[in-house]
Amino acid sequence: MAQYLALTYTADINWWAPEHAAALAEYREFATQNAEHIAASAVLHPTSTATVVRVTGARGGDVVTADGPYAETKEALTGYYLLEAEDLDEAIALAARIPAAWGGAVEVRPVLAAR
Amino acid sequence: MTPAERLADTVRVEGARILATLVRTVGDFALAQDAVQEAMVAALREWPRTGVPDQPRAWLTVTARRKAIDLLRRESARAGKEREAVDLMELSTPDLPPDSVVRDDQLRLIFTCCHPALAPEARVALALRTLCGLSTAQTAAVLLSTEPAMAKRLTRSRQKIAAARIPYRVPPDEELPGRLAAVCGVVHALYTAGHAPAGGETAVDLDACAEAVRLARLLHALLPDEPMPEAVLALLLFTDSRRAARLDAAGDVVPLSTQDRSVWDRASIAEAGELLRQSLRRTGGVADPYQLQAAIAAEHARAPSYAATDWAEIVRLHDLLLGVAPNPAAALSRAVAVAEAYGAEAGLTALEGVAAGSRWHAVRGELLARLGRYAEAVDATRAALGDDVAAPERRYRERRIARWSRRAEDGR
Repeated sequence: MAQYLALTYTADINWWAPEHAAALAEYREFATQNAEHIAASAVLHPTSTATVVRVTGARGGDVVTADGPYAETKEALTGYYLLEAEDLDEAIALAARIPAAWGGAVEVRPVLAAR
Repeated sequence: MTPAERLADTVRVEGARILATLVRTVGDFALAQDAVQEAMVAALREWPRTGVPDQPRAWLTVTARRKAIDLLRRESARAGKEREAVDLMELSTPDLPPDSVVRDDQLRLIFTCCHPALAPEARVALALRTLCGLSTAQTAAVLLSTEPAMAKRLTRSRQKIAAARIPYRVPPDEELPGRLAAVCGVVHALYTAGHAPAGGETAVDLDACAEAVRLARLLHALLPDEPMPEAVLALLLFTDSRRAARLDAAGDVVPLSTQDRSVWDRASIAEAGELLRQSLRRTGGVADPYQLQAAIAAEHARAPSYAATDWAEIVRLHDLLLGVAPNPAAALSRAVAVAEAYGAEAGLTALEGVAAGSRWHAVRGELLARLGRYAEAVDATRAALGDDVAAPERRYRERRIARWSRRAEDGR
Protein backbone atom coordinates (compact mmCIF):
# COMPACT_ATOMS: atom_id res chain seq x y z
CA MET A 1 0.00 0.00 0.00
CA ALA A 2 1.33 3.41 -0.93
CA GLN A 3 0.24 6.93 -0.07
CA TYR A 4 -0.60 9.65 -2.56
CA LEU A 5 -1.41 13.28 -1.84
CA ALA A 6 -4.32 14.42 -3.98
CA LEU A 7 -4.25 18.22 -4.21
CA THR A 8 -7.47 19.85 -5.39
CA TYR A 9 -7.26 22.89 -7.65
CA THR A 10 -10.57 24.70 -8.10
CA ALA A 11 -12.15 28.14 -8.14
CA ASP A 12 -10.83 30.17 -5.22
CA ILE A 13 -14.04 30.27 -3.13
CA ASN A 14 -15.23 30.29 0.46
CA TRP A 15 -16.53 26.75 0.85
CA TRP A 16 -18.65 27.70 3.88
CA ALA A 17 -20.67 30.22 1.90
CA PRO A 18 -24.30 29.01 1.67
CA GLU A 19 -24.26 29.05 -2.15
CA HIS A 20 -21.53 26.37 -2.15
CA ALA A 21 -23.35 24.02 0.24
CA ALA A 22 -24.32 21.63 -2.57
CA ALA A 23 -20.74 21.50 -3.88
CA LEU A 24 -19.41 20.85 -0.38
CA ALA A 25 -21.94 18.05 0.07
CA GLU A 26 -20.49 16.35 -3.04
CA TYR A 27 -17.05 16.34 -1.40
CA ARG A 28 -18.53 14.92 1.80
CA GLU A 29 -20.16 12.16 -0.22
CA PHE A 30 -16.81 11.33 -1.84
CA ALA A 31 -15.17 11.20 1.61
CA THR A 32 -17.87 8.92 3.06
CA GLN A 33 -17.87 6.53 0.13
CA ASN A 34 -14.08 6.20 0.02
CA ALA A 35 -13.35 6.48 3.75
CA GLU A 36 -11.12 3.38 3.84
CA HIS A 37 -8.75 5.01 1.32
CA ILE A 38 -8.51 8.43 2.99
CA ALA A 39 -5.85 8.82 5.69
CA ALA A 40 -6.31 12.57 6.10
CA SER A 41 -7.94 15.51 4.38
CA ALA A 42 -8.50 19.24 4.67
CA VAL A 43 -10.44 22.04 3.03
CA LEU A 44 -8.63 25.39 2.87
CA HIS A 45 -9.88 28.95 3.32
CA PRO A 46 -9.59 31.06 0.13
CA THR A 47 -6.12 32.25 -0.92
CA SER A 48 -7.06 35.80 0.19
CA THR A 49 -6.47 34.56 3.75
CA ALA A 50 -3.01 33.17 2.95
CA THR A 51 0.28 34.48 4.32
CA VAL A 52 3.63 33.81 2.69
CA VAL A 53 6.47 33.44 5.20
CA ARG A 54 10.16 33.74 4.36
CA VAL A 55 13.28 34.06 6.47
CA THR A 56 15.88 36.35 4.91
CA GLY A 57 19.40 35.09 4.40
CA ALA A 58 19.91 31.91 6.44
CA ARG A 59 18.21 30.19 9.37
CA GLY A 60 17.62 32.68 12.17
CA GLY A 61 17.31 35.63 9.79
CA ASP A 62 14.48 38.17 9.80
CA VAL A 63 10.99 36.81 9.33
CA VAL A 64 9.29 38.50 6.43
CA THR A 65 5.60 37.96 5.84
CA ALA A 66 3.55 38.88 2.82
CA ASP A 67 -0.16 38.87 2.22
CA GLY A 68 -1.85 36.36 -0.03
CA PRO A 69 -0.78 34.41 -3.04
CA TYR A 70 1.57 35.76 -5.70
CA ALA A 71 -0.98 36.30 -8.43
CA GLU A 72 -4.66 35.90 -9.12
CA THR A 73 -5.16 32.57 -10.87
CA LYS A 74 -8.27 30.90 -12.18
CA GLU A 75 -7.59 27.77 -10.14
CA ALA A 76 -6.07 27.69 -6.69
CA LEU A 77 -5.06 25.01 -4.21
CA THR A 78 -8.23 24.55 -2.18
CA GLY A 79 -7.68 21.32 -0.28
CA TYR A 80 -6.12 17.89 -0.17
CA TYR A 81 -6.73 14.23 0.53
CA LEU A 82 -4.03 11.85 1.69
CA LEU A 83 -5.01 8.71 -0.21
CA GLU A 84 -3.98 5.13 0.36
CA ALA A 85 -3.83 3.05 -2.79
CA GLU A 86 -2.20 -0.09 -4.14
CA ASP A 87 -0.68 1.65 -7.17
CA LEU A 88 -1.03 4.69 -9.41
CA ASP A 89 -3.97 3.22 -11.32
CA GLU A 90 -5.98 2.91 -8.09
CA ALA A 91 -4.91 6.41 -6.99
CA ILE A 92 -6.01 7.82 -10.36
CA ALA A 93 -9.36 6.03 -10.08
CA LEU A 94 -9.90 7.55 -6.60
CA ALA A 95 -8.79 11.03 -7.71
CA ALA A 96 -11.23 10.87 -10.63
CA ARG A 97 -14.09 10.62 -8.08
CA ILE A 98 -13.12 13.85 -6.27
CA PRO A 99 -15.52 16.60 -7.47
CA ALA A 100 -12.52 18.89 -8.12
CA ALA A 101 -11.57 16.57 -10.99
CA TRP A 102 -14.48 17.88 -13.06
CA GLY A 103 -14.75 21.34 -11.47
CA GLY A 104 -11.01 21.96 -11.81
CA ALA A 105 -8.08 19.57 -11.52
CA VAL A 106 -6.58 17.10 -9.07
CA GLU A 107 -2.82 16.69 -8.83
CA VAL A 108 -1.76 13.27 -7.59
CA ARG A 109 1.69 13.05 -5.97
CA PRO A 110 3.26 9.91 -4.52
CA VAL A 111 4.33 10.41 -0.91
CA LEU A 112 7.98 9.62 -0.21
CA ALA A 113 7.94 6.60 2.11
CA ALA A 114 9.76 7.04 5.42
CA ARG A 115 13.00 5.03 5.48
CA MET B 1 23.09 -7.27 -43.15
CA THR B 2 26.69 -8.04 -42.23
CA PRO B 3 27.34 -10.85 -39.68
CA ALA B 4 28.16 -8.17 -37.09
CA GLU B 5 24.86 -6.38 -37.75
CA ARG B 6 22.94 -9.65 -37.62
CA LEU B 7 24.55 -10.46 -34.29
CA ALA B 8 23.73 -7.01 -32.92
CA ASP B 9 20.15 -7.47 -34.13
CA THR B 10 19.77 -10.85 -32.40
CA VAL B 11 21.13 -9.45 -29.15
CA ARG B 12 18.75 -6.50 -29.33
CA VAL B 13 15.61 -8.47 -30.18
CA GLU B 14 16.29 -11.20 -27.64
CA GLY B 15 17.35 -8.66 -25.03
CA ALA B 16 14.07 -6.75 -25.37
CA ARG B 17 12.17 -10.05 -25.17
CA ILE B 18 13.78 -11.24 -21.94
CA LEU B 19 13.58 -7.80 -20.27
CA ALA B 20 9.82 -8.07 -19.84
CA THR B 21 10.04 -11.22 -17.73
CA LEU B 22 12.98 -9.95 -15.69
CA VAL B 23 11.10 -6.75 -14.78
CA ARG B 24 8.30 -8.85 -13.31
CA THR B 25 10.66 -11.24 -11.48
CA VAL B 26 12.78 -8.57 -9.79
CA GLY B 27 9.90 -6.07 -9.54
CA ASP B 28 12.23 -3.21 -10.39
CA PHE B 29 12.27 -1.59 -13.80
CA ALA B 30 15.66 0.11 -13.58
CA LEU B 31 17.44 -2.88 -12.05
CA ALA B 32 16.07 -5.28 -14.69
CA GLN B 33 17.08 -2.91 -17.44
CA ASP B 34 20.62 -2.56 -16.08
CA ALA B 35 20.95 -6.36 -15.80
CA VAL B 36 19.75 -6.96 -19.37
CA GLN B 37 21.98 -4.17 -20.62
CA GLU B 38 25.01 -5.80 -18.98
CA ALA B 39 24.07 -9.18 -20.46
CA MET B 40 23.73 -7.62 -23.93
CA VAL B 41 27.13 -5.97 -23.61
CA ALA B 42 28.62 -9.32 -22.53
CA ALA B 43 27.04 -11.04 -25.54
CA LEU B 44 28.37 -8.44 -27.95
CA ARG B 45 31.82 -8.88 -26.42
CA GLU B 46 31.89 -12.69 -26.27
CA TRP B 47 29.83 -13.96 -29.20
CA PRO B 48 32.12 -12.65 -31.96
CA ARG B 49 34.88 -14.73 -30.28
CA THR B 50 32.95 -17.86 -29.25
CA GLY B 51 30.29 -17.84 -31.98
CA VAL B 52 26.58 -17.30 -31.32
CA PRO B 53 25.39 -19.97 -28.81
CA ASP B 54 22.85 -22.60 -29.96
CA GLN B 55 20.22 -20.97 -27.78
CA PRO B 56 21.03 -17.25 -27.68
CA ARG B 57 17.90 -16.52 -25.65
CA ALA B 58 18.83 -19.02 -22.94
CA TRP B 59 22.37 -17.63 -22.78
CA LEU B 60 21.09 -14.08 -22.43
CA THR B 61 18.45 -15.05 -19.87
CA VAL B 62 20.90 -16.89 -17.63
CA THR B 63 23.48 -14.12 -17.93
CA ALA B 64 20.93 -11.37 -17.23
CA ARG B 65 19.67 -13.24 -14.15
CA ARG B 66 23.23 -13.60 -12.88
CA LYS B 67 23.78 -9.88 -13.39
CA ALA B 68 20.49 -9.14 -11.62
CA ILE B 69 21.51 -11.27 -8.62
CA ASP B 70 24.83 -9.40 -8.46
CA LEU B 71 23.05 -6.06 -8.59
CA LEU B 72 20.53 -7.14 -5.93
CA ARG B 73 23.28 -8.36 -3.60
CA ARG B 74 25.22 -5.14 -4.06
CA GLU B 75 22.09 -3.10 -3.42
CA SER B 76 21.08 -4.97 -0.27
CA ALA B 77 24.64 -4.79 1.07
CA ARG B 78 24.60 -1.05 0.55
CA ALA B 79 21.14 -0.56 2.05
CA GLY B 80 22.14 -2.81 4.95
CA LYS B 81 19.15 -5.11 4.53
CA GLU B 82 18.60 -8.56 3.09
CA ARG B 83 16.58 -8.70 -0.08
CA GLU B 84 13.79 -11.28 -0.01
CA ALA B 85 15.36 -14.68 -0.60
CA VAL B 86 12.48 -15.54 -2.93
CA ASP B 87 13.73 -13.11 -5.57
CA LEU B 88 17.12 -14.72 -5.68
CA MET B 89 15.65 -18.24 -5.65
CA GLU B 90 13.44 -17.56 -8.62
CA LEU B 91 16.29 -15.91 -10.49
CA SER B 92 18.58 -18.89 -9.90
CA THR B 93 16.33 -21.45 -11.64
CA PRO B 94 17.74 -22.72 -14.91
CA ASP B 95 14.37 -23.07 -16.75
CA LEU B 96 13.25 -20.55 -19.31
CA PRO B 97 9.72 -19.17 -18.91
CA PRO B 98 7.17 -20.70 -21.32
CA ASP B 99 6.11 -18.62 -24.35
CA SER B 100 2.68 -17.83 -22.88
CA VAL B 101 4.32 -16.26 -19.81
CA VAL B 102 6.71 -14.25 -21.99
CA ARG B 103 3.78 -12.96 -24.05
CA ASP B 104 1.94 -11.81 -20.92
CA ASP B 105 5.11 -10.15 -19.63
CA GLN B 106 5.66 -8.36 -22.93
CA LEU B 107 2.11 -7.00 -22.82
CA ARG B 108 2.62 -5.81 -19.24
CA LEU B 109 5.79 -4.01 -20.26
CA ILE B 110 4.05 -2.39 -23.23
CA PHE B 111 1.22 -1.07 -21.08
CA THR B 112 3.64 0.23 -18.44
CA CYS B 113 5.82 2.06 -20.98
CA CYS B 114 2.76 3.55 -22.68
CA HIS B 115 0.96 4.53 -19.45
CA PRO B 116 -1.06 7.74 -19.89
CA ALA B 117 0.48 9.17 -16.69
CA LEU B 118 3.78 9.47 -18.62
CA ALA B 119 4.32 12.34 -21.05
CA PRO B 120 3.74 11.35 -24.70
CA GLU B 121 7.40 11.98 -25.66
CA ALA B 122 8.53 9.92 -22.68
CA ARG B 123 6.33 7.01 -23.81
CA VAL B 124 7.87 6.99 -27.28
CA ALA B 125 11.40 7.14 -25.82
CA LEU B 126 10.66 4.35 -23.33
CA ALA B 127 9.15 2.20 -26.08
CA LEU B 128 12.31 2.50 -28.18
CA ARG B 129 14.61 1.92 -25.23
CA THR B 130 12.80 -0.99 -23.59
CA LEU B 131 10.42 -2.54 -26.15
CA CYS B 132 12.75 -2.26 -29.14
CA GLY B 133 15.96 -2.66 -27.13
CA LEU B 134 17.75 0.37 -28.58
CA SER B 135 20.58 1.92 -26.58
CA THR B 136 20.12 5.39 -25.11
CA ALA B 137 22.35 6.81 -27.88
CA GLN B 138 20.30 5.07 -30.60
CA THR B 139 17.04 6.25 -29.02
CA ALA B 140 18.39 9.81 -28.99
CA ALA B 141 19.42 9.52 -32.66
CA VAL B 142 16.01 8.20 -33.76
CA LEU B 143 14.16 10.94 -31.87
CA LEU B 144 16.63 13.66 -32.97
CA SER B 145 17.72 14.43 -29.45
CA THR B 146 21.10 14.37 -27.72
CA GLU B 147 22.29 11.44 -25.63
CA PRO B 148 22.49 13.37 -22.32
CA ALA B 149 19.00 14.82 -22.83
CA MET B 150 17.62 11.39 -23.67
CA ALA B 151 19.37 9.77 -20.69
CA LYS B 152 17.79 12.39 -18.43
CA ARG B 153 14.32 11.86 -19.88
CA LEU B 154 14.57 8.06 -19.60
CA THR B 155 15.83 8.25 -16.01
CA ARG B 156 13.03 10.62 -15.04
CA SER B 157 10.43 8.27 -16.58
CA ARG B 158 11.86 5.23 -14.79
CA GLN B 159 11.87 7.16 -11.52
CA LYS B 160 8.24 8.08 -11.99
CA ILE B 161 7.31 4.46 -12.77
CA ALA B 162 8.96 3.39 -9.50
CA ALA B 163 8.01 6.31 -7.22
CA ALA B 164 4.40 6.71 -8.36
CA ARG B 165 4.00 2.93 -8.65
CA ILE B 166 2.81 2.73 -12.23
CA PRO B 167 1.59 -0.87 -12.20
CA TYR B 168 3.15 -3.65 -14.24
CA ARG B 169 0.03 -5.33 -15.54
CA VAL B 170 -2.38 -5.58 -18.43
CA PRO B 171 -5.31 -3.25 -17.69
CA PRO B 172 -8.68 -4.82 -16.87
CA ASP B 173 -11.23 -5.15 -19.73
CA GLU B 174 -13.15 -1.97 -18.84
CA GLU B 175 -9.98 0.14 -19.09
CA LEU B 176 -8.49 -1.69 -22.06
CA PRO B 177 -9.91 0.42 -24.93
CA GLY B 178 -8.54 3.70 -23.56
CA ARG B 179 -5.19 2.25 -22.60
CA LEU B 180 -4.87 0.44 -25.93
CA ALA B 181 -5.47 3.73 -27.75
CA ALA B 182 -2.50 5.19 -25.83
CA VAL B 183 -0.30 2.24 -26.88
CA CYS B 184 -1.36 2.56 -30.53
CA GLY B 185 -0.64 6.29 -30.34
CA VAL B 186 2.93 5.53 -29.27
CA VAL B 187 3.48 3.06 -32.13
CA HIS B 188 2.07 5.51 -34.66
CA ALA B 189 4.06 8.46 -33.28
CA LEU B 190 7.21 6.35 -33.53
CA TYR B 191 6.57 5.63 -37.21
CA THR B 192 5.82 9.29 -37.89
CA ALA B 193 9.04 10.30 -36.11
CA GLY B 194 10.97 8.11 -38.55
CA HIS B 195 8.98 9.01 -41.63
CA ALA B 196 9.25 12.77 -41.47
CA PRO B 197 11.97 13.86 -39.06
CA ALA B 198 11.82 17.61 -38.59
CA GLY B 199 14.77 19.63 -39.85
CA GLY B 200 17.02 16.58 -40.35
CA GLU B 201 19.20 15.80 -43.34
CA THR B 202 17.38 12.69 -44.59
CA ALA B 203 13.62 12.50 -45.06
CA VAL B 204 13.27 8.85 -44.07
CA ASP B 205 15.01 7.31 -41.09
CA LEU B 206 14.75 3.64 -41.94
CA ASP B 207 15.35 2.51 -38.38
CA ALA B 208 12.51 4.28 -36.60
CA CYS B 209 10.05 3.13 -39.26
CA ALA B 210 11.28 -0.45 -39.08
CA GLU B 211 11.09 -0.38 -35.27
CA ALA B 212 7.53 0.95 -35.39
CA VAL B 213 6.47 -1.80 -37.81
CA ARG B 214 8.16 -4.38 -35.60
CA LEU B 215 6.34 -3.04 -32.55
CA ALA B 216 3.01 -2.94 -34.39
CA ARG B 217 3.53 -6.58 -35.42
CA LEU B 218 4.32 -7.56 -31.84
CA LEU B 219 1.24 -5.76 -30.49
CA HIS B 220 -1.02 -7.38 -33.08
CA ALA B 221 0.50 -10.80 -32.34
CA LEU B 222 -0.07 -10.30 -28.59
CA LEU B 223 -3.66 -9.04 -28.99
CA PRO B 224 -4.82 -10.75 -32.22
CA ASP B 225 -8.54 -10.11 -31.56
CA GLU B 226 -8.26 -6.36 -31.03
CA PRO B 227 -9.16 -4.27 -34.11
CA MET B 228 -7.08 -1.19 -33.25
CA PRO B 229 -3.57 -2.71 -33.28
CA GLU B 230 -4.59 -4.55 -36.45
CA ALA B 231 -5.53 -1.24 -38.09
CA VAL B 232 -2.32 0.42 -36.90
CA LEU B 233 -0.25 -2.37 -38.46
CA ALA B 234 -2.27 -2.04 -41.69
CA LEU B 235 -1.69 1.73 -41.77
CA LEU B 236 2.05 1.37 -41.17
CA LEU B 237 2.40 -1.31 -43.86
CA PHE B 238 0.45 0.74 -46.40
CA THR B 239 2.66 3.78 -45.74
CA ASP B 240 5.81 1.68 -45.69
CA SER B 241 4.93 0.02 -49.02
CA ARG B 242 5.64 3.32 -50.78
CA ARG B 243 9.08 3.76 -49.19
CA ALA B 244 11.13 2.79 -52.28
CA ALA B 245 9.28 5.36 -54.39
CA ARG B 246 9.32 8.18 -51.87
CA LEU B 247 12.89 9.38 -52.49
CA ASP B 248 14.77 9.73 -55.78
CA ALA B 249 18.42 8.75 -56.41
CA ALA B 250 19.60 12.09 -54.98
CA GLY B 251 17.63 11.49 -51.79
CA ASP B 252 15.01 14.08 -52.66
CA VAL B 253 11.32 13.69 -51.90
CA VAL B 254 9.10 12.47 -54.72
CA PRO B 255 5.48 13.60 -54.21
CA LEU B 256 2.70 11.03 -54.46
CA SER B 257 1.63 12.51 -57.81
CA THR B 258 4.88 11.52 -59.57
CA GLN B 259 5.91 8.41 -57.63
CA ASP B 260 6.80 5.31 -59.66
CA ARG B 261 3.98 3.03 -58.52
CA SER B 262 5.65 -0.05 -60.00
CA VAL B 263 8.15 -0.06 -57.10
CA TRP B 264 5.47 0.05 -54.41
CA ASP B 265 5.74 -3.09 -52.30
CA ARG B 266 2.73 -5.13 -53.44
CA ALA B 267 3.26 -7.82 -50.77
CA SER B 268 2.99 -5.20 -48.01
CA ILE B 269 -0.08 -3.70 -49.67
CA ALA B 270 -1.78 -7.10 -49.88
CA GLU B 271 -1.00 -7.86 -46.23
CA ALA B 272 -2.17 -4.41 -45.13
CA GLY B 273 -5.39 -4.76 -47.13
CA GLU B 274 -6.21 -8.07 -45.47
CA LEU B 275 -5.46 -6.67 -41.99
CA LEU B 276 -7.70 -3.68 -42.64
CA ARG B 277 -10.57 -5.88 -43.86
CA GLN B 278 -10.33 -8.07 -40.74
CA SER B 279 -10.08 -5.04 -38.46
CA LEU B 280 -13.17 -3.43 -40.02
CA ARG B 281 -15.07 -6.72 -39.72
CA ARG B 282 -14.33 -6.80 -35.99
CA THR B 283 -15.62 -3.28 -35.36
CA GLY B 284 -18.69 -3.84 -37.52
CA GLY B 285 -18.56 -0.64 -39.55
CA VAL B 286 -17.79 1.92 -36.79
CA ALA B 287 -14.34 3.09 -37.85
CA ASP B 288 -11.58 4.39 -35.56
CA PRO B 289 -8.99 6.94 -36.78
CA TYR B 290 -6.41 4.29 -37.67
CA GLN B 291 -8.89 2.32 -39.75
CA LEU B 292 -9.86 5.49 -41.62
CA GLN B 293 -6.26 6.51 -42.25
CA ALA B 294 -5.53 2.97 -43.45
CA ALA B 295 -8.62 3.11 -45.69
CA ILE B 296 -7.30 6.32 -47.26
CA ALA B 297 -3.90 4.67 -47.81
CA ALA B 298 -5.69 1.63 -49.32
CA GLU B 299 -7.50 3.90 -51.76
CA HIS B 300 -4.16 5.29 -52.96
CA ALA B 301 -2.66 1.81 -53.20
CA ARG B 302 -5.60 0.67 -55.33
CA ALA B 303 -5.38 3.54 -57.82
CA PRO B 304 -3.44 2.78 -61.04
CA SER B 305 -2.19 6.38 -61.18
CA TYR B 306 -2.48 9.66 -59.31
CA ALA B 307 -4.94 11.03 -61.88
CA ALA B 308 -7.06 7.87 -61.80
CA THR B 309 -7.41 8.03 -57.99
CA ASP B 310 -10.97 8.10 -56.61
CA TRP B 311 -10.52 11.55 -55.05
CA ALA B 312 -14.19 11.95 -54.15
CA GLU B 313 -13.92 8.79 -52.02
CA ILE B 314 -10.73 10.12 -50.42
CA VAL B 315 -12.52 13.37 -49.54
CA ARG B 316 -15.37 11.33 -48.01
CA LEU B 317 -12.94 9.26 -45.90
CA HIS B 318 -11.25 12.46 -44.69
CA ASP B 319 -14.62 13.86 -43.66
CA LEU B 320 -15.23 10.73 -41.58
CA LEU B 321 -11.71 10.96 -40.12
CA LEU B 322 -12.14 14.62 -39.16
CA GLY B 323 -15.46 13.65 -37.58
CA VAL B 324 -13.85 11.20 -35.14
CA ALA B 325 -10.38 12.78 -34.78
CA PRO B 326 -10.12 16.44 -35.84
CA ASN B 327 -6.49 17.43 -36.49
CA PRO B 328 -4.70 19.98 -38.74
CA ALA B 329 -2.67 17.39 -40.70
CA ALA B 330 -5.82 15.51 -41.74
CA ALA B 331 -7.63 18.76 -42.56
CA LEU B 332 -4.71 19.71 -44.82
CA SER B 333 -4.77 16.33 -46.60
CA ARG B 334 -8.48 16.78 -47.09
CA ALA B 335 -7.90 20.15 -48.79
CA VAL B 336 -5.44 18.46 -51.18
CA ALA B 337 -8.03 15.77 -51.99
CA VAL B 338 -10.71 18.43 -52.50
CA ALA B 339 -8.43 20.21 -54.98
CA GLU B 340 -7.87 16.97 -56.92
CA ALA B 341 -11.55 16.07 -56.92
CA TYR B 342 -13.15 19.48 -57.47
CA GLY B 343 -10.40 21.83 -58.70
CA ALA B 344 -7.73 24.15 -57.25
CA GLU B 345 -10.26 26.89 -56.43
CA ALA B 346 -12.23 24.49 -54.23
CA GLY B 347 -8.97 23.35 -52.66
CA LEU B 348 -8.03 26.91 -51.71
CA THR B 349 -11.43 27.35 -50.10
CA ALA B 350 -10.93 24.11 -48.16
CA LEU B 351 -7.58 25.45 -46.87
CA GLU B 352 -9.28 28.36 -45.13
CA GLY B 353 -9.67 27.72 -41.45
CA VAL B 354 -6.93 25.07 -41.36
CA ALA B 355 -3.98 25.86 -39.05
CA ALA B 356 -1.13 27.24 -41.18
CA GLY B 357 2.20 25.40 -40.86
CA SER B 358 4.96 25.04 -43.43
CA ARG B 359 3.14 22.26 -45.32
CA TRP B 360 -0.02 24.38 -45.42
CA HIS B 361 1.93 27.16 -47.19
CA ALA B 362 3.46 24.62 -49.60
CA VAL B 363 0.03 23.24 -50.53
CA ARG B 364 -1.34 26.73 -50.97
CA GLY B 365 1.59 27.61 -53.27
CA GLU B 366 0.93 24.53 -55.37
CA LEU B 367 -2.77 25.36 -55.79
CA LEU B 368 -2.06 29.02 -56.63
CA ALA B 369 0.43 27.89 -59.31
CA ARG B 370 -2.23 25.65 -60.83
CA LEU B 371 -4.45 28.69 -61.18
CA GLY B 372 -1.59 30.53 -62.92
CA ARG B 373 -1.17 32.91 -59.96
CA TYR B 374 2.65 32.37 -59.96
CA ALA B 375 3.73 35.47 -58.01
CA GLU B 376 1.42 34.53 -55.14
CA ALA B 377 2.55 30.90 -55.43
CA VAL B 378 6.18 31.99 -54.98
CA ASP B 379 5.32 34.02 -51.87
CA ALA B 380 3.34 31.13 -50.38
CA THR B 381 6.12 28.61 -51.01
CA ARG B 382 8.73 30.97 -49.52
CA ALA B 383 6.61 30.94 -46.35
CA ALA B 384 6.89 27.13 -46.49
CA LEU B 385 10.65 27.12 -45.80
CA GLY B 386 10.52 27.13 -42.00
CA ASP B 387 13.27 25.62 -39.84
CA ASP B 388 11.19 22.51 -39.24
CA VAL B 389 11.47 21.40 -42.89
CA ALA B 390 13.80 18.47 -43.66
CA ALA B 391 16.55 19.19 -46.22
CA PRO B 392 15.17 17.10 -49.15
CA GLU B 393 11.71 18.68 -48.75
CA ARG B 394 13.36 22.10 -48.64
CA ARG B 395 15.27 21.47 -51.91
CA TYR B 396 12.01 20.39 -53.57
CA ARG B 397 10.27 23.58 -52.50
CA GLU B 398 13.21 25.73 -53.60
CA ARG B 399 13.03 24.19 -57.09
CA ARG B 400 9.32 25.06 -57.23
CA ILE B 401 10.06 28.66 -56.23
CA ALA B 402 12.71 28.95 -58.99
CA ARG B 403 10.38 27.59 -61.68
CA TRP B 404 7.37 29.70 -60.68
CA SER B 405 9.50 32.85 -60.37
CA ARG B 406 10.46 32.43 -64.05
CA ARG B 407 6.83 31.96 -65.03
CA ALA B 408 5.79 35.00 -63.01
CA GLU B 409 8.43 36.99 -64.92
CA ASP B 410 7.27 35.61 -68.28
CA GLY B 411 3.65 36.44 -67.57
CA ARG B 412 4.41 40.03 -66.76
